[in-house]
Amino acid sequence: MNSRFLIYLFIMFTVTYLIRVLPLTLIRKKIHNRFLRSFLAYIPYTVLGTMTFPAMFYAVGNTAAGIAGAAVALIAAFCGGGLCTVAALASAAVYAVLLII
Amino acid sequence: MKAIFKTGIIDGLPIAVGYLAVSFSFGIAAVAAGLSPVEAIIISMTNLTSAGQFASIGIITSGGSYIEMALSQFVINLRYALMGISLSQKLDKSFTRLHALLLGHALTDEIFAVAASRSKKVRPVYFFGLAVLPYIGWSLGTAAGAVFGALLPDKLCSALSVSIYGMFIAIIVPAMKKSRAYLTVTMLAVAISCCLHYVKLFESISSGFAIIICAVIASAAGALIFPEGGEEQDE
Repeated sequence: MNSRFLIYLFIMFTVTYLIRVLPLTLIRKKIHNRFLRSFLAYIPYTVLGTMTFPAMFYAVGNTAAGIAGAAVALIAAFCGGGLCTVAALASAAVYAVLLII
Repeated sequence: MKAIFKTGIIDGLPIAVGYLAVSFSFGIAAVAAGLSPVEAIIISMTNLTSAGQFASIGIITSGGSYIEMALSQFVINLRYALMGISLSQKLDKSFTRLHALLLGHALTDEIFAVAASRSKKVRPVYFFGLAVLPYIGWSLGTAAGAVFGALLPDKLCSALSVSIYGMFIAIIVPAMKKSRAYLTVTMLAVAISCCLHYVKLFESISSGFAIIICAVIASAAGALIFPEGGEEQDE
């Protein structure tokens, strides 16, 4: 581990830490603006939707397997499956398709 | 107090399992690119973020500039600021600035999603419980991937790496089922995301920046069309 690595590490840590912690420490008051409140309420879902699609389709390097995993996860979640169940079924579906192909 | 901590632990378990798989692939990638296993583990233990860490491997091993490192981490991780602002509205009064300084670094996409989609206010003890197992999972997975990565069959690694997306789907679908506003807004974000990815014109947009663009446009459009979306979290 050389000093250059430690400087990279320090930069990564500091930038990421500040981005995460500053909003939580600086914004302590309740936001009353209706537009802002709903905007912020939608953020978790738009962020996760964006991160999942289309990334899940090409994540394993095999589109058919990715689509199968997404389809199984969507159905399982729609039927009320919890986080662990849906995640496990998605992995199983991808594994099954990868074995067949 | 103990019960809330336990709830946090239980909610964090699936995140931890997903992290084991994702950080495993990070460990493999880091060592394959030339980092030592110890370096890979230290990066995971101090950063706890997937996209930013994966991007850092290339910068470190190619000897990129410090500015490039700072800028890439800033753009890729800027979404956490958005999440932090969103989460600040859900924090319990007992969540002090000191708590935020100590626990805030555990704000990952998944931990945020679980904490923010919870019906109750977020107390520090819950947030701590929620973060413990994912942190351990992220560190252990990196170690395992860095040391034993080459031993596991590729297909199994691939299958494990999608578990994180399965988890995301399990978080967004219930909200989409319950409310037309959330359904529309999330679908819009996905549509923009697909556009940015598949349309050649937008090829140069980094994945971290794409997340910000999609989330901001879709959430803002949603807030204009369905301004009542933030109200149901009041109770």
